[in-house]
Amino acid sequence: MSAVDSIKHVVNWLSEPSRFFVITVAAFFVALFPGEMGPGWLRRLTRPVLAIYRPRVAAAMFAVIAVLFGFACLDPNFRSIVGKPDNVPIAGMIFLVGFFVWFAVQQGRRNDALKDAGQPIVEKRETGDGKVLVWPDLVYIEFICLILWCIFLVAWSIFLKAPIEEPANPSKTPNPSKAPWYFLGLQEMLVYYDPWIAGVLLPGLIIVGLCAIPYIDKNPKGSGYYTFRERKPEIAIFLFGFVVLWVWLIVIGTFFRGPNQNFFGPFEYWDAHKLVPLINIDLSQIIWVKLFGVALPKNPLVRECFGLLLVLAYFVALPPLLAKTWLKSYYEKLGPARFHIMVFLMLTMIALPIKMMLRWTLNMHYLVTMPEFFFNI
Amino acid sequence: MALLKKLWEYTRSTQVWNSIFRHGPTDNARNRGLAVLTNVFLHLHPVKVRRSGIRLRFTWCMGGITFFLFLVEVATGLLLMFYYHPTVDYAYVDIVDLREQVPLGVMRELHRWGAHAMVITVWLHMLRVFMTGSYKPPREFNWNVGVLLLVLTLLLSFTGYLLPWDQLAMWAVTVGSNMARATPFLGHEGPGASLLKLGDISLVHAGNDARFALLAGRFVGAGALLRFYVLHCVGIPVVATILMAVHFWRVRKDGGISGPV
Repeated sequence: MSAVDSIKHVVNWLSEPSRFFVITVAAFFVALFPGEMGPGWLRRLTRPVLAIYRPRVAAAMFAVIAVLFGFACLDPNFRSIVGKPDNVPIAGMIFLVGFFVWFAVQQGRRNDALKDAGQPIVEKRETGDGKVLVWPDLVYIEFICLILWCIFLVAWSIFLKAPIEEPANPSKTPNPSKAPWYFLGLQEMLVYYDPWIAGVLLPGLIIVGLCAIPYIDKNPKGSGYYTFRERKPEIAIFLFGFVVLWVWLIVIGTFFRGPNQNFFGPFEYWDAHKLVPLINIDLSQIIWVKLFGVALPKNPLVRECFGLLLVLAYFVALPPLLAKTWLKSYYEKLGPARFHIMVFLMLTMIALPIKMMLRWTLNMHYLVTMPEFFFNI
Repeated sequence: MALLKKLWEYTRSTQVWNSIFRHGPTDNARNRGLAVLTNVFLHLHPVKVRRSGIRLRFTWCMGGITFFLFLVEVATGLLLMFYYHPTVDYAYVDIVDLREQVPLGVMRELHRWGAHAMVITVWLHMLRVFMTGSYKPPREFNWNVGVLLLVLTLLLSFTGYLLPWDQLAMWAVTVGSNMARATPFLGHEGPGASLLKLGDISLVHAGNDARFALLAGRFVGAGALLRFYVLHCVGIPVVATILMAVHFWRVRKDGGISGPV
């Protein structure tokens, strides 16, 4: 096996979802809080990562990633997935989201450093009354932007043809069948939750949660300028939702989910005959059958009592506990209504990665399964 | 050059020109202000803005780009409508014709890539607004309008996805709309639907639930194609246009592009 093959092998091995997810989440927090998290040794270990907020270092990293991406495209399996016309914008999106998230945090850190040095932040460095006329100053920016985008769109359209496949055929289901790419994060949730939760409740809560942000966030600082230090928790929560739970899941759904919705590494052939054993198991089965060695009780409430207790503890007992301990300052600042809405939304959000990891590592199907009441979590 | 200049000066002195543009040459602050105030489109802007607010590093021009892409979609979509029939017999062949019979044709490409780009820019715009804390008072309501516009952008893209009527379109929409079956009480496979009964007769079944309403049928067929076409070309764009007007107007009324106090 050549060196290139062994690298591909390692990448495929690392792409197994639980490994890939742990790497992503670790990278996310280290990149956001270098030298700020955990015990002393971890802080010392991650402090050098601060260098990524120096533009030159970041540019070099982007260049290296782009070159590696280019090399990866030499692989026929990789190319066949990434090179699909509809997937090209998603590959572009990975770079765009990466750049803009980096840029926003970098601008915030720059302002924080300016404040430390006793200088005005970038948004305050203005002459006179700080205002300019829309005509011509803003109108020209918009006009130049418009022209550049026209050129970009026409070039993109000339070089990449829009896809058209075989005519629609209701009797021939393609494998895999996928929703449009921007809904693939939602489709991914269908693997871990029932359709009414993954397809209706959670998307609804995403919209409600986004709408609730300005009413929950009572931090008066950081309005109208980039900052990181003054809004660390808010930024971390929002970016976790956007980058990890939305964009990352779309990437997973697009590039890693192949035939029969099985996982495939980026350099793996999408084999429709790949055998993956279905060994998902419910918590009730683990406890009653495996642990106690008895048959499942008939009464669903008895059968699911352990899972129900767990879910109740998570959603009902945990919020008041958090209000008294770890999030006490938030409870005092926000008041009970805002606090409980915020904690409920956050717990719902964090439940998704917990559920995903349980599935990938322990083959946990449902913690509570009561199909009698349409209640499977 | 001299001739062109003369012609330009003459044009500006005509009654026709002055009936359209009600301000003099924009070489002084008063007329530049009037240029914005007397134009219904530019009027969505204030006359003056914060210098730091319009820097590309601050806004990334992302909201403007999203709006520009919406206009691209309207323009290219209008042209595509001339050649496209939203019927099962014609939809696919019309698209193939656009591809095979039009030399150098890029309208469909512009429309599709513009739509993909718009989905991405609307997310990045939201990221920018969040990262600059621009949703904080007094801009809470406008953030909400923005969330609705984001949802509408996704729905516009989703309804348009079906129109080429190829395998990609039909099955993506089948997968996407299957969720509607599971809507609580409104979908025939959702929780609560089995409770809605009159004696033995189910009130919610595959022939009248939320998915049926969306697809005008039990599966993605001729009814769904027409319904998605109407929503894509008229229904959602109209709502989005109204919300955009509210969105831009509120940006102005809430104090323009945000800035530090």
